[in-house]
Amino acid sequence: MDKHEKRVIFASIGLMAFFFLAVILAVSGLGITVPDCITDREPFTEPEVIQLDETHYEVHSIARMWTFDPPVIEIPAGATLDIFLTSADVVHGFQIESRAVNMMAVPGQVTKMSAKFDKVGKYSIVCHEYCGVNHHSMEGVIHVRPVEDMPAREVSKAGSPASNATEGGAKL
Amino acid sequence: MNLREVAMELDPKLKRLTLIQLAVPVTLLIVGIGGGLLQALMRAGVIQADSALGLGYYQGLTLHGIINAIVFTTFFAIAFGNALVSYALKARLNMKVAWISNILMLVGTLMVAIMVFAGEASVLYTFYPPLKAHPVFYAGLALFVVGSWVAFWNWIPVYMRWRRENPAEKVPMAVVGIFATFIIWQICTIPVAYEVLVLLLPWSLGWTNEINIELTRTLFWFFGHPLVYFWLLPAYVMYYTMLPKLAGGKLYSDLAGRVVFMLFIIFSIPVGAHHQFTEPGIGSDWKLLHAFLTFGVAIPSLITAFTIAASLEYAGRKRGGKGLFGWFRTLPYLDGDRYLFPYLFVGLIIFIVGGSTGIINASYNMNLIVHNTSWIPGHFHLTVAGPVFLGFIGMSLYMVEKMTGKEVKLKKLAVTVPYMWLVGLFIFSFGMMRGGLHGEPRRTNMGMTYLNPDSPLYRPEWEFYVLLTVIGGVILFLAMIVYFAVFFQTLFGEKTTEEKLVFPLSESYHDERAGVFANFKPWVIGAIVLILLSYIPVFIDVSRSTSSGAPAYNPHLPVPENQISGGSTEERVTESDGTASDKEKNDGETSEDGE
Repeated sequence: MDKHEKRVIFASIGLMAFFFLAVILAVSGLGITVPDCITDREPFTEPEVIQLDETHYEVHSIARMWTFDPPVIEIPAGATLDIFLTSADVVHGFQIESRAVNMMAVPGQVTKMSAKFDKVGKYSIVCHEYCGVNHHSMEGVIHVRPVEDMPAREVSKAGSPASNATEGGAKL
Repeated sequence: MNLREVAMELDPKLKRLTLIQLAVPVTLLIVGIGGGLLQALMRAGVIQADSALGLGYYQGLTLHGIINAIVFTTFFAIAFGNALVSYALKARLNMKVAWISNILMLVGTLMVAIMVFAGEASVLYTFYPPLKAHPVFYAGLALFVVGSWVAFWNWIPVYMRWRRENPAEKVPMAVVGIFATFIIWQICTIPVAYEVLVLLLPWSLGWTNEINIELTRTLFWFFGHPLVYFWLLPAYVMYYTMLPKLAGGKLYSDLAGRVVFMLFIIFSIPVGAHHQFTEPGIGSDWKLLHAFLTFGVAIPSLITAFTIAASLEYAGRKRGGKGLFGWFRTLPYLDGDRYLFPYLFVGLIIFIVGGSTGIINASYNMNLIVHNTSWIPGHFHLTVAGPVFLGFIGMSLYMVEKMTGKEVKLKKLAVTVPYMWLVGLFIFSFGMMRGGLHGEPRRTNMGMTYLNPDSPLYRPEWEFYVLLTVIGGVILFLAMIVYFAVFFQTLFGEKTTEEKLVFPLSESYHDERAGVFANFKPWVIGAIVLILLSYIPVFIDVSRSTSSGAPAYNPHLPVPENQISGGSTEERVTESDGTASDKEKNDGETSEDGE
């Protein structure tokens, strides 16, 4: 094999190795990761927003033809939101405007991602998977409100899991 | 084209079969391409409607995907393979078997087309359940795929005989390439055949109530990514074995081509989970493994970029080009007698962008920014609608010319098609990709909501990007009008010369022993080992994370089909589809856009 060709093969391998290293750094250094396999939660049938502590919220979002439940998720600015997502019928998508939150809602499964919301405003959630004839009208909203505007809620035990939600969690 | 090729006598039976396999899908492309323009207009809100020309947006999108990406490409790959194997191995195929394959595929295509046109299969070309299509749609898909297997099986005895008779010779590169294409196809279509026949078909007939959705998605993407290489590799065969000769030179390195095709066999399948990064049911560590292997499959393409560029440089210098870049000016860009050159060359240029954006998609966490946004169709139009499509329509024209003995008409126009396509495609895909980075979803009739100023979902910031896709879409459409004029004028023109079987196969500049790259066996075994290693953990994850299956849904109704009262399955579907009041009621409840 010609020497230029050999160099190109090594350079190609090197380039891809460099890209992969960058991905690893983004995972371990910046903590940007993709949804994992969840086996300890059953898909839920009731949508709810649960306040885990001052700045930590959890939402159980149900995608269905052609709405998200709850349609509006209200959280205070600065809150971290753990999103648990499932579908009540067909496959849907869940992407939050200008956030690296991108999930598929699959019936029979739970998808999880987290995001922190510092800026006040309304972030739309777009369904980005074809889900039937009205797919284009399926949208939800995350409403990030100034902390002082949030209605008073009963705070559940810090870090309490979803199973405690019915006792202490604030329902939307 | 006058390239002093060694022509072979053409079996009239092969001629008839090949012309059907080329002309039928090119005719269907009229629908597929027209559908593409309609979708660009509807998506942008230029046409603000649920349907246009009697086709619903999602129904038209299903047709666009199936005709352009499945039917056209598969028929072409088989017609090209039949002719290329016969020519390169100087052998006759068993035409009975070739016809069985063709009939299975034609019947399958017809079944699928009827169901999509009837509105019974608006499930897009990925047919993700639990959206359900008519059982005949799934049966048609299965027949189509089985037909394509039969065509491949027909080449194997011819290949074996050639190996026996020529033990000391290297298998012609063209045959290595087309066999690599179909080895990948044979392996990757088995899981999707299982999905369609064992899971979807009984479920759509109502024999089973529920199916595991994440399992069907994983089986689909086992097939869905290698499908991309099934499209791409026939174009690579043209780049390695024909483009150098069309340019007036030689292939820079024979060994590089063989290495590349074998690497594709190894790496193109165990990568499917990179389409499922945002899904539940698969551990993120296994997703990372699939990302890693996807980076492996970029390597043969990077090698190809070098080898083909070096081949073109060799040709350019032979044509009198001087200096570092002077050779670039001497290539036959607009030579009507070598009209195939621009179809292949322009495809290569497009693939530089198509391939690079593919690496972005594969980049695990970076995928979160682009997954299911319009970035994705922006990207894959630069691959399947770029090098693949241009190579296939260019070669269709070439094969029709040679096999009918009818010289190509309007050559001066024929050479402009790829350049028009390049301009249209770059504008279109730029609009799609930039829009995607700003959050535009893919596969969405945005004209009804996101780009409708009267809708609460209106996104004015997306207007500019969809305007680009409309401009690009119109240019692409015009390029195809020119192509159709050239193709059909040639096909129905008068005979000017002998019918023959011929391809412009190149010689090699460096021609070394192929060594370990001479045989498929070690590479097929390697592929199977890698598939098992990368997919067993994925299927284990899917099975332990699934809590329940899903019943079937009609795309028109937000309730499972088995909860709609009265009648058999068939009757229920037509009832809910056809009754205006039923649909209105349903729309009124669920949509806010005031349709």
